[in-house]
Amino acid sequence: MRASAATPRRWGQPTWRAACGALLSLLVACDDTPLPGRAPLPEVAVLHWYVFDEPSGAFETAAQRCSEGSRGDYRVQLVALPADADQQREQLVRRLAAGDRDIDLIGMDVIWTAEFATAGWILPWQGEAAARARAGRLPAALQSASYAGRLWAAPFTTNTQLLWYRTDRIATPPRTWSELLAEAEPLGPGAIQAQGERYEGLTEFFTSLLASAGGRVLDDGGRRVALPDGPTREALAIMRRLARYPGADPALGSAREDQARLAFETGEPTFMLNYTYVWPSARRNAPQVAAHMGWARWPGVRGHGPSRVTIGGINLGVGAWTRYPQRALRAAACIAAPDNQRLAAARGGLPPTALALYDDPAVRETFPFADLLRETLQDAVQRAQSPLYNDVSLAISRTLHPLDAIEPRRDAERLRATVGRALRSEGLL
Amino acid sequence: MTPTAAEKRFAWLLCAPAVTAMLVVTGWPVAYAIWLSLFRYDLRFPGQRAFVGLDNYLSVFTSEVWWQAFGNTLLLTVVSVGIELVVGLALALLMHRTVFGRRTVRTVILIPYGIITVVAALAWKFAFDPTTGFVNALLGLDQAWLTDRPSALFVIIFTEVWKTAPFMALLLLAGLTLVPEDVLQAARVDGASAWQRLWRITLPLMKPTILVALLFRTLDAFRIFDTVFVQTRGAHGTESVSLVGYHTLVTRLNLGLGSAVSVLIFACVVVIAVLFVKAFGTALQTGVDDAR
Repeated sequence: MRASAATPRRWGQPTWRAACGALLSLLVACDDTPLPGRAPLPEVAVLHWYVFDEPSGAFETAAQRCSEGSRGDYRVQLVALPADADQQREQLVRRLAAGDRDIDLIGMDVIWTAEFATAGWILPWQGEAAARARAGRLPAALQSASYAGRLWAAPFTTNTQLLWYRTDRIATPPRTWSELLAEAEPLGPGAIQAQGERYEGLTEFFTSLLASAGGRVLDDGGRRVALPDGPTREALAIMRRLARYPGADPALGSAREDQARLAFETGEPTFMLNYTYVWPSARRNAPQVAAHMGWARWPGVRGHGPSRVTIGGINLGVGAWTRYPQRALRAAACIAAPDNQRLAAARGGLPPTALALYDDPAVRETFPFADLLRETLQDAVQRAQSPLYNDVSLAISRTLHPLDAIEPRRDAERLRATVGRALRSEGLL
Repeated sequence: MTPTAAEKRFAWLLCAPAVTAMLVVTGWPVAYAIWLSLFRYDLRFPGQRAFVGLDNYLSVFTSEVWWQAFGNTLLLTVVSVGIELVVGLALALLMHRTVFGRRTVRTVILIPYGIITVVAALAWKFAFDPTTGFVNALLGLDQAWLTDRPSALFVIIFTEVWKTAPFMALLLLAGLTLVPEDVLQAARVDGASAWQRLWRITLPLMKPTILVALLFRTLDAFRIFDTVFVQTRGAHGTESVSLVGYHTLVTRLNLGLGSAVSVLIFACVVVIAVLFVKAFGTALQTGVDDAR
């Protein structure tokens, strides 16, 4: 080491002064007062729209259209959330609970309404704006955006499950679960693709079965456990049979929507319960499978009429801490307008909430099953509308996984107990 | 020379900034978590905050989720630390005895430890995946590793061992260098086998180092979070206590209940530390006695 470097440096030596100077110039550069001769920035509100990363770019285009149409009132900027709904919620609630003012518009999963509304994280829609957001919309989608008698978001896209089957192997699709299981039995293992993993999809599956058997998870106010004994046991018995009949899929316990889709695209399975996105996917990835792909209503429970399936999709909410509540409301209304719904349907494959669009040629081309979809959505059922939905859902999926271990009598009892605990915010889940 | 009162006061004054910083960054959060754990406090219902005493703890202790996670955590800790000790010792001996390319060997052994846990967990998740991974092809198996409990636990433990055995080896290497060469030479002259020399001389002399290494690793392993989070997210009965705390605090925003879980994890860590420090004291004591 050189001798000079060994002597300690003191404040005021050249390097230190240089560092100070650099810091000062940085601070000066950070000052955002416009330089003389340059016009000040126009007063355009930048609205951040937190929504899942939609791959087709339909949301991006909608945001752009609305920004341009607002003539300098606002500019909507997309902020992508993860694809997984649980992770979307996790990121949002953490920031909303902390009062983050940056969240202006939220692409809300239909199951978040009660939670976000009760916690005061979103603003209610009132008067004229609410009336316009309601006009011509699917009743089930409107119900998913409402809680405690108020509208909390503008219905944007929706979704539900259908029964997909192979037209080259099955002449008339089964209408009930008993028919489905009977037809699948001789077809070998994995003929039916469904969702049996421990996650939200399992709760949806159970809720649809329960509703189809004439029951529901919570009572009207969403405060007490319903789970009537008869329908609950019927639903559980079907789940058990699906996991244990001779041709049961050994991988059911770890199957989500996407595993089911991928399996169906191999051409082996004959039936699949899944959302409508499997249709464009099959046409793209497996045209030979898509050529023989039929659709039918989700199977019902014998003796209870047609099925009732859970509704999905996203509603547009306005964050409670936003700096621009009025502009955010206008932007949300614009994005949720039928024109942008048509775009989201045609380009992104997301079914619209505006009922009239089901007769629109562009939409019918994307969804050749548009009539069936509308019919299913008219009867759709809500997942439990409670601010504690997340806990209730965890309680259900934890109690019912794995499906092959279900004992209907015992587990109906257990389910009532764990859902009750979840509603009282007690215990770990 | 004993310090005068003024010197003592001055010494405390000098320590004061560090002690204050420690209290602020560790003492305060711990105290606040204990305080929060006595409340029913859910961020989704800020208006319903109420003092509930020890109800949250009661709720945790009567929950099967906690006990399953606790059992998993103990299993993961004991098995992975046990394997790490054996593998780490072998690696330490290798590093210690290597004559050629000593630096290269040491660097190669330490690479896994240099990789961030999340990255390592993801890498092994992909490796064990039936469609993207090489493990099934290598072993000629058709196994969905992360879809049932025993095999998922195996993958988690494997990742932990792969990642932290080098750390164990590094600590043990320090202990190995403390074993006097002449004692080993003398034993060799007396006809002791390599195994006897390891078992009777090296290991007893390394006892304090081994205990320190075990203490570090046990404390770390008990708080295991990232590997499980990345590989299974706690599904298929692989949840650890940290993951339970995370779900309660971050997903459910239940600050009261979640704080109770955190406090219990903290208590477990304290118990582990106290046990090890006690054993460490005895080890040092017997070491001194042996030397006499």
